[in-house]
Amino acid sequence: MASEQGVLYSRALTELTLTFHIIYATIGVGIPLMIMIAQWIGIKKQDDHYILLARRWARGFVITVAVGVVTGTAIGLQLSLLWPHFMELVGHIIALPLFMEVFAFFFEAIFLGIYLYTWDRFENQKKHLLLLIPVALGASFSAVFITVVNAFMNSPQGFDIVDGQIVNISPLLAMFSPAMPTKVAHVLSTAYMTSAFILASIAAYRMLRGSTHLYHKKALYLTLKLALVFSISTALLGDFAGKYLAEYQPEKLAAAEWHFETEENAPLILYGVLDDEEIKYAIRIPYALSILAHSNPFAEVIGLDQFDEDVTPPLYIHYLFDIMVTLGMLLILIALLYIIGLIRKWSFIHSKWFLWIMVLSGPLSMIAIEVGWWFTEVGRQPWILHGLMRTAEAATSNEYVGWMLVLFACLYLLLGAGSIYVLTSMFNRNTVEQELADRKIEKGGDTFES
Amino acid sequence: MSLEIIGIFVLWLFLFGYVIVASIDFGAGFFNAYSLYRGNQHILNKIIQRYLSPVWEVTNVFLVFFFVGIVGFFPQSAYYYGTTLLVPISLAIILLAIRGSYYAFSTYGNRMPKRYTYVYGLSGLFIPASLSIVFTISEGGFISIEQSGPVLDIASLFTSPLTWSIVVLSITAVLYISAVFLTWYAHYAKDEEATTLLRKYALIWAIPSLITAIGIIVELKFHNPEHFERLVDLWWMFALSVLFFIGTFILIYKRMNYGLAFTLLCGQYYLAFFAYGISHYPYLLYPHLSIFDSFTNEAMAIALIIAFIAGLGLLLPSLYLLLRLFLFNKEYVQGRNDSHV
Repeated sequence: MASEQGVLYSRALTELTLTFHIIYATIGVGIPLMIMIAQWIGIKKQDDHYILLARRWARGFVITVAVGVVTGTAIGLQLSLLWPHFMELVGHIIALPLFMEVFAFFFEAIFLGIYLYTWDRFENQKKHLLLLIPVALGASFSAVFITVVNAFMNSPQGFDIVDGQIVNISPLLAMFSPAMPTKVAHVLSTAYMTSAFILASIAAYRMLRGSTHLYHKKALYLTLKLALVFSISTALLGDFAGKYLAEYQPEKLAAAEWHFETEENAPLILYGVLDDEEIKYAIRIPYALSILAHSNPFAEVIGLDQFDEDVTPPLYIHYLFDIMVTLGMLLILIALLYIIGLIRKWSFIHSKWFLWIMVLSGPLSMIAIEVGWWFTEVGRQPWILHGLMRTAEAATSNEYVGWMLVLFACLYLLLGAGSIYVLTSMFNRNTVEQELADRKIEKGGDTFES
Repeated sequence: MSLEIIGIFVLWLFLFGYVIVASIDFGAGFFNAYSLYRGNQHILNKIIQRYLSPVWEVTNVFLVFFFVGIVGFFPQSAYYYGTTLLVPISLAIILLAIRGSYYAFSTYGNRMPKRYTYVYGLSGLFIPASLSIVFTISEGGFISIEQSGPVLDIASLFTSPLTWSIVVLSITAVLYISAVFLTWYAHYAKDEEATTLLRKYALIWAIPSLITAIGIIVELKFHNPEHFERLVDLWWMFALSVLFFIGTFILIYKRMNYGLAFTLLCGQYYLAFFAYGISHYPYLLYPHLSIFDSFTNEAMAIALIIAFIAGLGLLLPSLYLLLRLFLFNKEYVQGRNDSHV
């Protein structure tokens, strides 16, 4: 058994690695799709601006992929290093999606290498577009398979325990756990959404810096349109995820909503602070929790009173839940205002302050991703396998975890700073205007759809 | 053939794949740094960049495949190795992370400052050293099972001659494999200056790599006599491996058919690596963990093997395409067709 401190350090190191990895992983899942769409539109419209968009995104993407790959390798190994008991047990039941994730990653890695080094090599840009399909598929399927593993941790199934022995294992049943559909869909949707907002941020930032080139306007319009679609789907899928929680992990939902007593006609609590079991300054929306949980304003929602205190998650996850939802709603609003504004020709969408809001949209979306993950992971405490294995039982007994925590923190600092420095200097040195001139692209299609 | 044997065979094959591709990668980084130090970097720079750029990510996947696979097929190994290897593997991850990301940063972003090239080159030698510790530990004698779980005796690990011999073996093998491959690659690219330099490196590192390999067999006699016995039973595989080695050496020395030389080199390491693996049978961690008591349940094993076959069906054509477009594409290799994003 691990010491209490060992468990704490193991959790801290896992959290640190994942928090850092998720930034690059989210971009890694979403950007290939955006590159593919830009390339496709470029070919369809015979507009070289979109092709250049794809090219410049791809160049930046390589840097983020590199950090994503190395931190992904880190978390892959840390699972066994920090949680050996967990991996020992899980290996018997859920190794299949882990294994498939590696294949998806392999597939993506091969085609990304080919894609990056065949620019200008194929006469026909359509051939080049075909190479992006396996990249985007591989990236998304890595996310699918790894989320399947995480879903299993939330709702383990596909085996029986008889006298402490695991029997009747069904790897497929374990993969298709109840948490899987909502989780996978939500993860994919948020990754696409965040990537779109981040690319929109960049375009908005360039426009703020005084670039009036049509290229940035096209980029902003394309990315925000995609961002709108994916942020709306994210909200819908988030609602399904809430219904899943009510059914399978009611204590997580109850903790997130500070829903202490089981009751019908349950109100939703927005914001507020918790002071000795007393909720202050909160907005209560009547019936909303019952609607969120069961699509029925009068339905009964299970409260924390149904659970022993030692199996309920920490109550601070309410704040995480609120931040995630608020940011999600705000982002839908930003994208919606821009798109409607373009159609109705509202002038404020070109104003400085609105451009600044759009610059913020990318970082805000990333914050929502992080907070959402902290919510879902902390909301599962004290379990590492819900209802089956406690986090404390799974941690390593190795005594050097604290030191590794320090070392990895330094590593992530270095990688974070390095990637930001390289990305900014890369694009500052070679601006769009310059690259367009270098490549002698005039055929940009001067019709800007609005 | 039982499922256990299929499982370990597949994993061993991927580990072998990693040993070869990673050796080329690590060695290339070292030679690049060394040539910078000697002031003749311009000779090797292009050849190395051209080879590494499209494949750097793929190299990493072989390693990930191995460790995900071993946890899948042999879940108990996660418990024994996971608990004990926290420090050496964490160090290897950190070095791999710095290496991998700085490679991408410098290739696609900025030009790398000199000191990074040195750090990059040296880190490539520390990684095989820290990873090869796993082989030492698997021989047994360094892990004791305490009340809290398995504990690694770091002091005896670091004072054991076996540890250091395996470390030296991994480093010499890395430099040798890399030099032979790059000699062939430079020759293929019609870069005579680079070929001459790399051929010299290949000849320099050939003999030490052989001596250290033989040295380890001798040391195992004292450390793990049981394993040594089984190694001796497989003497013919090692003999064949040495013959292949001689073949490679003669070809390189006589400046003949570098492609065949590299093939023989792969054969040499394949034989030695598999003979070592077979003689290790049935232990994953002597004497605590055998492949039989750590094997996963039958349902998972079958599922993994099906996934593996399906995965290979997807991967082999893709890898073939990668090789056709880059490694075996004369225009690309000779630098006449550089179309980086």
